[in-house]
Amino acid sequence: MIYQGKQKIWSDYQKEIPDDKWYYVRSCIRQNFFPASEKMFLEICRNVLGKDIYENEHHTTCGGIAYHCDTIPQETAMTIVARQFALMTEAGYENYVASCITSFGNYTEILETWNEFPELEARIRELLWKACRKEFKKPKHLAHSSDLIFKFRNEIAEKAKFRLVNKETGEPLKVVEHIGCHYSKMFPSKGVGGAEYPYVLTGMVESWGGNIIDYPERRHCCGYGFRQYHVKANRGYSISNTHKKFESMAPYKPDMIITNCPGCPYFLDRWQYVIAEMEGKTYGQNGFGIPVFTYEEVAGLVLGYDPWDLGLQLHQTAVEPLLDKIGIEYAPEDKYKGVDSKDIMRPELPKVMKCF
Amino acid sequence: MGKLYDLLREDYRVKEGLKTCINCGTCTAICPAAEFYRYDPRRIVDTVQRGNDEDIEALLKSETIWYCGECLSCLTRCPRRNGPGLVIMALRDLSARLGYFVESEKGRQLYPLTKIMTGNILKYGYCIHPDTFSWEDHVESGPVWKWHTEHLEDSYARQGANFRGTGPGILRNIPKESLEELKKIFDVTGATERMETVERFSKAKAEEMGMTMEEYFRHTFEHCSDGHFNND
Repeated sequence: MIYQGKQKIWSDYQKEIPDDKWYYVRSCIRQNFFPASEKMFLEICRNVLGKDIYENEHHTTCGGIAYHCDTIPQETAMTIVARQFALMTEAGYENYVASCITSFGNYTEILETWNEFPELEARIRELLWKACRKEFKKPKHLAHSSDLIFKFRNEIAEKAKFRLVNKETGEPLKVVEHIGCHYSKMFPSKGVGGAEYPYVLTGMVESWGGNIIDYPERRHCCGYGFRQYHVKANRGYSISNTHKKFESMAPYKPDMIITNCPGCPYFLDRWQYVIAEMEGKTYGQNGFGIPVFTYEEVAGLVLGYDPWDLGLQLHQTAVEPLLDKIGIEYAPEDKYKGVDSKDIMRPELPKVMKCF
Repeated sequence: MGKLYDLLREDYRVKEGLKTCINCGTCTAICPAAEFYRYDPRRIVDTVQRGNDEDIEALLKSETIWYCGECLSCLTRCPRRNGPGLVIMALRDLSARLGYFVESEKGRQLYPLTKIMTGNILKYGYCIHPDTFSWEDHVESGPVWKWHTEHLEDSYARQGANFRGTGPGILRNIPKESLEELKKIFDVTGATERMETVERFSKAKAEEMGMTMEEYFRHTFEHCSDGHFNND
């Protein structure tokens, strides 16, 4: 598709994103696997940009993963979400931002279903009152946390110490963007740029100096599939889908991958390690994999934060080749240190894929 | 139209996800599951649309309804704005309610999934928690995750988490009163009853298969027979 065509699609899928006063809810998966990304989101919004992002200790899972593993009924998922909205209402906020794509999709689906079937919303209000004696207002605006970083991408670019540019050649880095399926595949109008050419990550990469790669399986699922990963017997589905994506993107020689979903960076990172161990194949240069990042990690890198403060040591696919390309300095000896440089040993190295 | 069809039509996901399927097969062409599993969402939607109870009962007891990954890519592509993935979710829900899920290998996986997911929600307030995400059951998470789990407190502290702490923050202990509210929500919305139904039918199936519940958990969590994949 010609670039002007994409611009037209993007202009059709604009989304109003207020620039301040958000009620923030965390992601189950990201807290486990990318905790520093959530920390960086709050750091950037609150301390770099001076925004009001409020978090309440009483919020819980939205139940989205359990719902998509078919273990809880739809009314349960809806009432858990209604309780989250009640916490927002009690705190005096009207804008709701979720760290998780599954949650964002869950909230979107629920609000849209309630709009279409008001009797269901009324029933959920009754169930919430019965269970918790709580009432709620629906959010005026619902966003995923990547929507906010997208909105602030140019302010971040203005404060950036690095750009997504190869320091040796001066060329923009070649970046694969991967959008979580539940961001906009269900309700294209709720995501920045729609479902076909989502602009949320592309906009960040363009602002920060990189070039986006278009490749055939760009919109293919990472392979999470909920029950297809959480049950050990089903993981062939998960790795097969990731494998399909990497085979499709490999000829374009990407320097890095940026994602906005909790599970996708985990699967794109970890299944590269497994494919290397199983088949001896690596997709990066010189025996390395292709480094995979969350958008907060990339924002943190361009802003000049220490890679180990961003949690990049929890990746299985080495990030150092990308840091070296950009020219970001780091202390290799600090990679696996604890707080105050406490020695907490270091992981074993994979047998095939190069790692540090 | 039959009784099972009527039950399905009561589900909001069918109301939203099944209008008029034209059997074009776009959903199957785009489906990540159909690429690897012997799976055809077009045929499933068509079976439901035809409304024959005998065929729907066979579907509820089949392997095929459990192959979907609920990515909902089909919803984007369907020229009639149907949602085959939403119809699948309704079929799975009905299969669980009626106890038909134990009739298929993939359906029986509802037992470990329910134990893990609802257990995590009610005990911790999260769907995923480090206490139950062991490296041994997730070796693909790699040596870095093995190291992380061996130094959990130190590693999470380095990441800025509030692991097992009070107040807001990453992986904090969610306050007791909030966990109690989740339990009450489970009780009044049917999740507790669903857990009991899955437990009851799974126990009967485990007995039929000559397994203890622990053996049944491991078997349903780990075992994959031949015949599910296109290339088997």
